[in-house]
Amino acid sequence: MKKSSMLGLLVLVIRRDLVLAMRRRADVLTTLIFFVMVVSLFPLGVGPEMNMLRKMAAGVLWVAALLSSMLSLGRLFSADYLDGTLEQMMLAPQSLSMLVLGKMTAHWMVSGLPLVLMAPVLGLQFDMPVQALGVLIIGLLLGTPILSMVGAIGAALTLGLRGGGVLLSLLVLPLCIPVLIFGTGAVEAVSTGLSAVSHLSLLGALLVLALVFTPWVTAQALRISME
Amino acid sequence: MLEVSNLACSRGDHRLFSGLGFALHPGQIMQVQGENGSGKTSLLRALCGFLMPDEGVIAWCGKSIRDLDEEYHAEMLYLGHLNAIKDELSALENLRISAGLSGVELDEKAAIAALRRIGLRGRERLPTKVLSQGQRRRVALARLLVSDARLWILDEPLTALDVGAVALIQELMAEHLARQGMVIFTTHQPLQVAGVEMRSLSLS
Repeated sequence: MKKSSMLGLLVLVIRRDLVLAMRRRADVLTTLIFFVMVVSLFPLGVGPEMNMLRKMAAGVLWVAALLSSMLSLGRLFSADYLDGTLEQMMLAPQSLSMLVLGKMTAHWMVSGLPLVLMAPVLGLQFDMPVQALGVLIIGLLLGTPILSMVGAIGAALTLGLRGGGVLLSLLVLPLCIPVLIFGTGAVEAVSTGLSAVSHLSLLGALLVLALVFTPWVTAQALRISME
Repeated sequence: MLEVSNLACSRGDHRLFSGLGFALHPGQIMQVQGENGSGKTSLLRALCGFLMPDEGVIAWCGKSIRDLDEEYHAEMLYLGHLNAIKDELSALENLRISAGLSGVELDEKAAIAALRRIGLRGRERLPTKVLSQGQRRRVALARLLVSDARLWILDEPLTALDVGAVALIQELMAEHLARQGMVIFTTHQPLQVAGVEMRSLSLS
């Protein structure tokens, strides 16, 4: 019998979560359809005034991405908690933070990445210029993993609580405000002819910070929730 | 070996047990007995490190399990009330993943062999949601066959199992003890392991 390495374990967890997501496709599609619906409703509600739509495009896309990522957070640990897999994960001879990082990555690939890929199509509905679209995509690419990672802390803390979903949003949404500000700020900077580099660098810095700290914090939160 | 001294646990304000002490040496098996609600599961969860005891020390080979953490996890196997298997995955996938989580890379051949021995021949590739309760328990128990952990902590391993499966579990326990393994378990059913003295611990 071969012993698995830390990286092997990370790959195992990601693959497992992706296979599970593929077999429960409805869950994945809910997030994406919610995102598309919310974004598409705005031009209908606000009216076809091009200037106004162009101005609000980035904000609408970001807020919709934020809300739809909240939708899937509740499921991040709850299924594993209910069927006992989480107990086994905590007893893995590797660090729990690594396992948590694997789950976060899989969660982003299932619920964050599709939003990023869908965003350019939706941006066209708002008549966004190509340059702004490009910055929006880069911003979302940097920002959505942060949403998954910060959200995981909330998901771990509210594990097993009744009505945890509302509490989860209350905990996580305020923490995601910086991501929203820098993400929309980058697009606005480009639209007004400035450089988006500063905003994107800050988003990148937030991503690195989140990568370093959130797996550990989430692992601690899980230990508390399991007692 | 596992040494427990002066252990006290409570759930909420209710003190389950206190001043509990025992030692489990290689080749020994211990049954935890007690009524419903006497703290059997809590004791086993404390031994896994899920539950922080109010007082007392749980030591593995002379060191506290809190300090050993992952080193201790590599030497133990816990099977709780919950099977830790996914309905969407097949028995084979479930077994290989749970072995992977416990740090053992299991190839397909070895996994199939284990599932056949546990009595799931022909059901290896079915999604576990179509299996019966007893068969799911067997999928979870197949982990005992592929693990090289020295300490088994089993919480009601016999739930939902038929007579044949119970005999098989007794056989597995005997093999494990012969390899100088250790077993601590709870059950409400009679269980005998040939050739070893069953120690028992009563919680009241």
